[in-house]
Amino acid sequence: MSVAVASAARSGSSARGGDALRRSADWARRAPLLPALIFTIVVTQLPFVVTLIVSFMDWNAYYPDERGFAGLTNYKRVLTDVNMRDAIFTTVLLTVTVVIVSLFLGMVIALLLDRKFVGRGAVRTMMITPFLVVPVAAALLWKHALYNPSYGLLNGMITAVWRLFGSNRPPQPDWISTMPLLSVETALIWQWTPFMMLILLAGLQGRPLDVIEAARIDGAGSWQIFRYMTFPHLRQYLELGALLGSIYIVQNFDAVFTITSGGLGTANLPYTIYQTFYQAHDYGRASAAGVVVVIGTIIIATFALRTVSSLFREETSR
Amino acid sequence: MTSITDTAPVPASRTPEGAPRRTRAPRRGVIFGMVAWLIGILFVLPVLWMLLTSFHSEAAAATNPPSIAAPLTLQGYQEFFGASSGASPWPPLLNSVTASVLSTVLVLVFAIPAAYALSIRPVRKWTDVLFFFLSTKMLPVVAGLLPIYLFAQAAGLLDNVWLLIVLYTSMNLPIAVWMMRSFLAEVPVEMLEAASMDGAGLIRTLREIVAPVVLPGIAATSLICFIFSWNELLFARVLTGTVAQTAPVFLTGFVTSQGLFLAKVCAAALVVSLPVIIAGFAAQDKLVQGLSLGAVK
Repeated sequence: MSVAVASAARSGSSARGGDALRRSADWARRAPLLPALIFTIVVTQLPFVVTLIVSFMDWNAYYPDERGFAGLTNYKRVLTDVNMRDAIFTTVLLTVTVVIVSLFLGMVIALLLDRKFVGRGAVRTMMITPFLVVPVAAALLWKHALYNPSYGLLNGMITAVWRLFGSNRPPQPDWISTMPLLSVETALIWQWTPFMMLILLAGLQGRPLDVIEAARIDGAGSWQIFRYMTFPHLRQYLELGALLGSIYIVQNFDAVFTITSGGLGTANLPYTIYQTFYQAHDYGRASAAGVVVVIGTIIIATFALRTVSSLFREETSR
Repeated sequence: MTSITDTAPVPASRTPEGAPRRTRAPRRGVIFGMVAWLIGILFVLPVLWMLLTSFHSEAAAATNPPSIAAPLTLQGYQEFFGASSGASPWPPLLNSVTASVLSTVLVLVFAIPAAYALSIRPVRKWTDVLFFFLSTKMLPVVAGLLPIYLFAQAAGLLDNVWLLIVLYTSMNLPIAVWMMRSFLAEVPVEMLEAASMDGAGLIRTLREIVAPVVLPGIAATSLICFIFSWNELLFARVLTGTVAQTAPVFLTGFVTSQGLFLAKVCAAALVVSLPVIIAGFAAQDKLVQGLSLGAVK
């Protein structure tokens, strides 16, 4: 308190001219920042404010005369509607499954790639490739070329293996119909494992190798080194991967839209909102659902921002 | 003599322990290497299968079990480019190029000055600003879709590629600001001051001190923004129609299967993915930095 008063007094005494000078210098510093800041606020924040307003309105494009204030009706409908509740559940299940499995696989592969072996660069390149296929194209690839019950690669390989053992009646499951959500999840895990691997590999390579070497000389086993040195070091990278992955996968639209078209209980929130707005034209309800997604995302994002800022502080203090 | 007997037991007792360890470690390394290769092949297999199938005839692509050694043909590609249907993928591909390239240029125009004001001559509370940019990236796209649609409808911007350019710019700007900031932070500020004291002009300072550090960063940032714009589906699907549709929207035409068309689908998926695959491998080293919004180097 006294410090604040003292510094205020000092700045007060140092002539009004210097104050104006400093203010204009401040604006000179801010100027390069402003275009980006204003653009971002207008294009990303304003629409959300409109969504918030529309979510409290009765607004269906098919009944333009009935537009008006609706209070919390849309939210009540979103949270009691069976489709919406299913969509919320599907979104959580899809996100959690994909993130956990791809994080685990990504870690195993990152640990393997952290060792020296012949063709390490080639394996790394092979591992990255799935991530570089356009998401819609990847979903089409899985849907038609791999899952298709009559000519897909999966059933084709089953046939080939069964023939090898002299059987002419191989099982030919219809993958998408019998396990729709798992089919979507598998395709997404295939695309997101490389992402997790890249983050974890970057984490592994930032490990203090001299300390690990010292531990090895002191007789620590591989498991002990992993459990007490590598894993704690990787923890924040695992958190980062999980949170960024969650943010991207909660929003997933491409795979659900392409592989199952939201059918068979795979419609997640983004797909359901898209449908409510694009096909049912129920603007009020779509907006309320959008706000629900945002609230869910903010919860994850708070943790994500905390992780990023701790990594960030570490980097800037270095 | 005594000194020899003193030191002799030490290596002698170590060898029985050390010897098996030394032979076991490489063998275990070989096994781990083989496992890594196996997993790598498993992950790349669907892409290789797509590549192979795209060069097969439709009849050979649809056999069960798969006919791996079928003769190669360009039919799938000819069909994709509209040999019999007449629907050319060139306009959507061109729209994708326009939207991705122009939005990337716009992103750089906004992001580079902003990154400068967040690193070399930082404004007060610059970390808060940086985290504001990041938080906009976490707002789900679908929550802003309706107002943007209504705005575009009112302004007559539906089915206009410029609308996508603006949206993709806002989508990628936070990533670019974060990435460019982390690159600009590596510019040696003391050297900038020293150069200006020595009377070096702006052009020379930019060319000799700033450019070597910043140009690779600009290249990586552009490639990553290009990839994200190229991949985007939801906005393009909702906001464009026949005129401004992008390549991913064109691909959604293959969602329902009708007849024999697997080779054509694989050719389509491959052609549309090719720019991303090229850009991705070009940006390989900086890919993580972009995807993690600059949090990981």
